[in-house]
Amino acid sequence: MADIKNKEGEEWLYSDKVKEHFLNPKNFLSGEPKEGEFDADGEAGNFACGDIMKVWIKVDPKMERVKDFKWRTWGCASAIAATSMFSEMVLENGGMTIGDALKITPQDIIARLNGLPPRKVHCSVLADQAFKDAVKNYRKNKERKK
Amino acid sequence: MEKKRIYMDHGATTYLDERVKRAMEPYWIEEFGNPSALYKEGREARKAVETARADIAETIGARAEEIIFTNGGTESDNLAIFGVAYGASRKLTSLKTGITGNLTEAKLPAGAKNFHIITTKFEHHAVLKSCEALEKQSFDVTYINVGEDGIVNPKDVEKALRPETILVSIMYANNEIGTIQPIAEIAKVIKNYKKKKLEIRNSKLEINGKTPFFHSDACQASEYLDLNVEKLGVDLMTVNGSKMYGPKGIGFLYAKRGVKLSPLLYGGGQEKHLWPGTENVPAIIGLAEAIKIAQREKGDESERVGEMRDYFIKRLLGEVPKTFLNGNIERRLPNNINVSVLGIEGEAVVLYLDEYGIACSTGSACTSENFEPSHVILALGKPHAYAHGSIRFTLGKCNSKKDVDYTADVLKNVVEKLRSISAVNIK
Repeated sequence: MADIKNKEGEEWLYSDKVKEHFLNPKNFLSGEPKEGEFDADGEAGNFACGDIMKVWIKVDPKMERVKDFKWRTWGCASAIAATSMFSEMVLENGGMTIGDALKITPQDIIARLNGLPPRKVHCSVLADQAFKDAVKNYRKNKERKK
Repeated sequence: MEKKRIYMDHGATTYLDERVKRAMEPYWIEEFGNPSALYKEGREARKAVETARADIAETIGARAEEIIFTNGGTESDNLAIFGVAYGASRKLTSLKTGITGNLTEAKLPAGAKNFHIITTKFEHHAVLKSCEALEKQSFDVTYINVGEDGIVNPKDVEKALRPETILVSIMYANNEIGTIQPIAEIAKVIKNYKKKKLEIRNSKLEINGKTPFFHSDACQASEYLDLNVEKLGVDLMTVNGSKMYGPKGIGFLYAKRGVKLSPLLYGGGQEKHLWPGTENVPAIIGLAEAIKIAQREKGDESERVGEMRDYFIKRLLGEVPKTFLNGNIERRLPNNINVSVLGIEGEAVVLYLDEYGIACSTGSACTSENFEPSHVILALGKPHAYAHGSIRFTLGKCNSKKDVDYTADVLKNVVEKLRSISAVNIK
C-alpha cells in the first residue's frame, strides 16, 4: 500500500507571491455592501470563460483618490491573486488617483505577482477591466447627481 | 518535515501494487533480453511476454492471439479507431506479410458517400480527437448524446446505425463521472443490426455484413468491472496498466479474431505488424499481474471503496449547499465521486485542497490545455458554471474512511472561504 508523502518546499504551479495572495486574499468584500459604503461598482468576465470579477470603489471627490477598493472573484487561483494584488496596488500610499490607477496594465499586475504562466494571462487578469468599469459608473453617478 | 498526503485521484493514475512491482523486478536487469532474439535471453523474454499475453487473454475470456500490446490507452484507442477505419476504406495490408494488396477491400453500400463511425459526446479525448481527425479525412461521425445522468441509451445507438457504419466506439465507464455504460445491451443492438444486414446481403445487395465493429475503452473500468469480452459482446477493447495499480506506458487492445485492422506504425513486425517496436517486457509482465489481481479482487475492493463513496457523496450533498452530483448515483464506478460546487471554480479548490494535503481533480477550463471546460459535464446538458465548478475524487487502495471524513471537512471550509470571495451570487 502506498504511503504518499509530501516534501516541503516543492515547486508550485505559481510564484510564491501568487500563492500568498491566493491563500490569503486581501481587501475582498465580505458580506453585502452597506448603503453609501461605495460610490460605484464594476464588473468584468463571463461564465463561459470561467472568471468573473466584481469591484467596489469609494472615491475622495476632491483629490479623485481611490479611498477604498473591495473586490470579489469567481475564478481560478491566478484570477483571485491578480485581483487581490490589484487592490493592494490601488490602495498603496493612501490610495492612487483615479488617473494613475487607470494606467495600471495587466503586465504591471503580473510583474508585481512575480509572473504568471503565459496561458493564464489573458483570462485571469481582469481586475483592471473591472476597475475601468467601476470608474465609468462612478463618473455616470456623478453626472446624475449634478 | 513530511506530512501525510491523501491521494484521491486514482482515476488519473495509480501507484503500483507491491505484487506488480515484485513480478516486474526480474525483468529490469536479469531477464533483459529482446523477445525477437533467437538465443537464450531472447527466448526467455519471448516466453515471459507470451505467458503474460495468455494470462491476460484468459482473464478477459479471449484468445492469446487477440491481445495486441501497445504503450497505453491512447495508443490502443487510436489503433482501434484508425485501424478499423483504414482497414475498411483502404486496400488492406496483410497482417502476415505486411504487403498491401487487394485482399479484402470493403465496398461502400450503394448510395453511401462515406464510411460512418458512431461514438458519444463524452468519450475520452483519445477517442474523440481520433474521430474528429477522421472527419477531416471524409469519414462521417455521429456523436450521440448521453442522458443527463451520464448513461448512453442503446436505442440512440440503434437509431444512428447505417449500412455504411464500420465502427461504434463507446466507453465502458466514463473517466470523469464514472457512469457505467450498458455495453452488453449496445452489443446486442449492433449484433441484431448485423443480422439484418446479412439478410439484405443475401438478397444480393453489396453490403459488408461484418461491420460495424464494436469498440469500448475500458481503461477506467478494468479495476472494478467484469472485463469478459464474451459477456460484454465487444469486438475491440482498450485497457491500460496505469489505472489498475499497474505500470504506466503499457496497455493492450483486444481485437477479436476477424476484426480487420490496418497498421498505423511500421517497423519490425512485432504485435502481428499492428504495433511494431521492441516489446516493453517488464511493463507487459506488470500489466498482466495487475489485471489478474484487479479482476480477482474486484469484488471485495468494489465493496470497500463503494461504501466510502456513498458515505462521501452523502456528506458532500448534505453538508455543502448548492452542490450537485454529476452522473447516475447507482450505475457508476464504486470509487468515483464527481460534484459540481456552484459559485466556485475548480482549479482554486484543487489548489486549496493540495495545500491541505489532498489530491483531486477538476473539469474546470483553467486546468485544461485548450481552456475548454469539461466536455463531459457539458454533455450532460449542464451550464458552464457546473463544468468550471466540477470536482472529481476517485478513491483507491490507500484511502480509508478517515481520509474521506478529513477531505469532506476540509472541502466544506474551502468552499465556504472561496464562496465568501466569489463574485457569483449563488443564493
